[in-house]
Amino acid sequence: MSVFSEVPQAAPVAVFKLTADFREDTDPRKVNLGVGAYRTDDCQPWVLPVVKKVEKIIVEDQSLNHEYLPILGLPEFRCSASKIALGEESPAIKEKRVGGVQCLGGTGALKVGAEYLRRWYNGNNNTGTPVYVSTPTWENHNGVFVDAGFQDIRTYRYWEPEKRGLALGGFLADLENAPERSIIVLHACAHNPTGTDPTQQEWMQIADVMKRRSLFPFFDSAYQGFASGSLEKDAWAVRYFVSQGFEIFCAQSFSKNFGLYNERVGNLTVVANDGENLARVLSQMEKIVRTTWSNPPSQGARLVAVTLTTPELFEEWKGNVKTMADRVLLMRAQLKAKLQGLGTPGTWDHITQQIGMFSFTGLNPKQVEFLIKEKHVYLMASGRINMCGLTSKNIDYVAESIHEAVTKIQ
Amino acid sequence: MTTHSAFIDTPTLPLNPETKLLAAFKNDTHPDKVYLAGREYLGEDGQISVLPLTWKIKQQIGSDPTLGTEYPPGLGLPEFTRRVTDLALGKDSQAIVENRVLGVQTVGFMGAVRLGTELLRRWYNRSVAWSGPVYVALPCHDSLVDTLKAAGILDVRQYRYWNAEQRVVSMDKLTEDLEQAPEHSVVMLSASAHCPTGADLSQQDWSALAEVMASRKLLPFFLLPAQGLCLGDPDQDAWPLRHYASLGLEFLCAQSFSHSFSLYGERVGHLLLVLKQNSVLLAVQSQADSLVRSLWARPTVLGARVVATVLGNPAYLAEWRDAIRGLAERCLLIREQLLEKLRLLGTPGRWDHLTQQGGLYCCTGLNAEQVRFLARKRHLYLLPDGCVNVTAINRQNLEYVAESIYLALTSAL
Repeated sequence: MSVFSEVPQAAPVAVFKLTADFREDTDPRKVNLGVGAYRTDDCQPWVLPVVKKVEKIIVEDQSLNHEYLPILGLPEFRCSASKIALGEESPAIKEKRVGGVQCLGGTGALKVGAEYLRRWYNGNNNTGTPVYVSTPTWENHNGVFVDAGFQDIRTYRYWEPEKRGLALGGFLADLENAPERSIIVLHACAHNPTGTDPTQQEWMQIADVMKRRSLFPFFDSAYQGFASGSLEKDAWAVRYFVSQGFEIFCAQSFSKNFGLYNERVGNLTVVANDGENLARVLSQMEKIVRTTWSNPPSQGARLVAVTLTTPELFEEWKGNVKTMADRVLLMRAQLKAKLQGLGTPGTWDHITQQIGMFSFTGLNPKQVEFLIKEKHVYLMASGRINMCGLTSKNIDYVAESIHEAVTKIQ
Repeated sequence: MTTHSAFIDTPTLPLNPETKLLAAFKNDTHPDKVYLAGREYLGEDGQISVLPLTWKIKQQIGSDPTLGTEYPPGLGLPEFTRRVTDLALGKDSQAIVENRVLGVQTVGFMGAVRLGTELLRRWYNRSVAWSGPVYVALPCHDSLVDTLKAAGILDVRQYRYWNAEQRVVSMDKLTEDLEQAPEHSVVMLSASAHCPTGADLSQQDWSALAEVMASRKLLPFFLLPAQGLCLGDPDQDAWPLRHYASLGLEFLCAQSFSHSFSLYGERVGHLLLVLKQNSVLLAVQSQADSLVRSLWARPTVLGARVVATVLGNPAYLAEWRDAIRGLAERCLLIREQLLEKLRLLGTPGRWDHLTQQGGLYCCTGLNAEQVRFLARKRHLYLLPDGCVNVTAINRQNLEYVAESIYLALTSAL
């Protein structure tokens, strides 16, 4: 008898199941709007030209050593990654109260941050500290904090289906009612799955409440540069909070903006009130890292570090990122135009008001089911689509399918 | 604006002994200094030895336009897990044939230990809220216990392993401790080239231990961080796993390919689960997948591609086996030469174990005071447990190291 005989099958993850179903579908018209990665207009993955270039540089560099990286990661990576988030001229960096921990992608950065907070934040080893995530949010947020030991995961209102926009009133009210010192997980930009971000004014209001209630901001920044095409614009919220004197965690992922999904490049940026607090935090992070993966992988971090610290390569990278962001913006504009052109009932402004990879279309589960089953257009039950799945070749078909879904099914 | 910091209650973690030692070594300006406490395989030139094959394959991969940068599966590259599972158990293993082996690519060796332990904590021994006991050898790698605790194991115990007097495995004490272990305890066992002592069980010992494990219903969790580097033959180094699999036992194994492929920075690890029944495989796999999602989501690809490419190609595989044998033979040669020098100097104490062991690690038997002497007076750096990485010894420093050990044991301290 196996000692694992009683182990139940874990529930499948919706987005993976969607992709599996898509793969098995033989209909030639099929479109995958569930995929969570960038696709070119030919619906192919895109290896950034600058990445190919730097890969060559690295593999040919005989001087590179092959030892384990330091526990907290490649120093040049940690430094340049945090600079990207906070800005070259960041006063916090100048005041030496910013530190980075290289992690396995954005997930790894969330994990290390969560493990730290669970041990040392709010009175030590306090697993009862409430952690707030948006409704809806990336489905893995919950899992990471629960597995780190937090026992009280709550939600703050975020998406208002009637107006297809931010539920600001509810958001602020939930923050107002959050117990002091609660941890708030915020999407730095390009909210996943809704694509709806607070405006600058709205971020200011959010920060205001959080400051009054002594709430801890834990930013998830997976799309810097990818959302608007501008690194600075996409980092505005994070930088604003820091300028307001907040101590923050920011889990950065370079999977999307470098197209380096496979090398798991992430950085947890820590901003503390002073260098002394920072040093103590980083010392504890070392132990957390040591007991999870010992030390992080070198390939991706080296790639990113070389790119960010070499002026010509940095410019080339920003160009590559803008290419991706521009294609997404084009698809958004075209989808909205086509739906309006078809006279599809409802408003479609939110398609171009939303930002980043994802869009909450507002389609209901029945309409989604119709799209998948009858039209072979795959999207999440929530109505979330990945704009990267749209191309000049399939956009007409998708627009027509959405039109049909909305007119046939209520 | 300075207010009460959110991090105010965080104590400073004292520096890792290894970190402190390395820093002291780096600050030492003495020309004869040697760092003997490292974990990487060093070549004759004192630098990390990089397998030419790895170099070659990395360049191939770097210039292959068909290889993309997409997310790998959460459980890792299938060609990697398949190959390293074959490597560990032997392609014709009954367990593999019967499709009851689960392989998960992990972020390094510690990632495999962490994932395996998280899996056990949630799903092992479902009748109780299980958090141990997990047994580790005395002594063991310092991070091992911390990792078990980080995974939520509250009850970590040690079984006696190293016999400091005889400088071998203390088989009778080991057996005694495990015979008294509560049923269903998990026992971490070094399959070969034990870190840090270098002392391994014989095949006879393994067979005897299997009986104890079976009768006490103990679950083995093998540690195999450098397959091939102990006896020069990957099949030999994995013998304990293959033997236990042939007995129909269920077990876990944490594997690493850092040393055997010079892929330290790439974090290539693997968690192997040999199950009694095929019927539980999918459920366990789904739970492992779920756990990976909140640890690192997906593993990294470069290192796994290198390993899969080598192991999957007969010519490369042969080249690799040759290279591994060379690495292992050099360890044996250094051990022989050190033993000879120590004998010539008339160094007191037992030293036969030097050549009876294989692999990188070896316990000299020096005590903490003698270790301190070595650092202060001879600029030789060891951790207080007196264990060394033999690859840090080479033609240039052999005399000096031998002489230093001799002095540590004979000088009035």
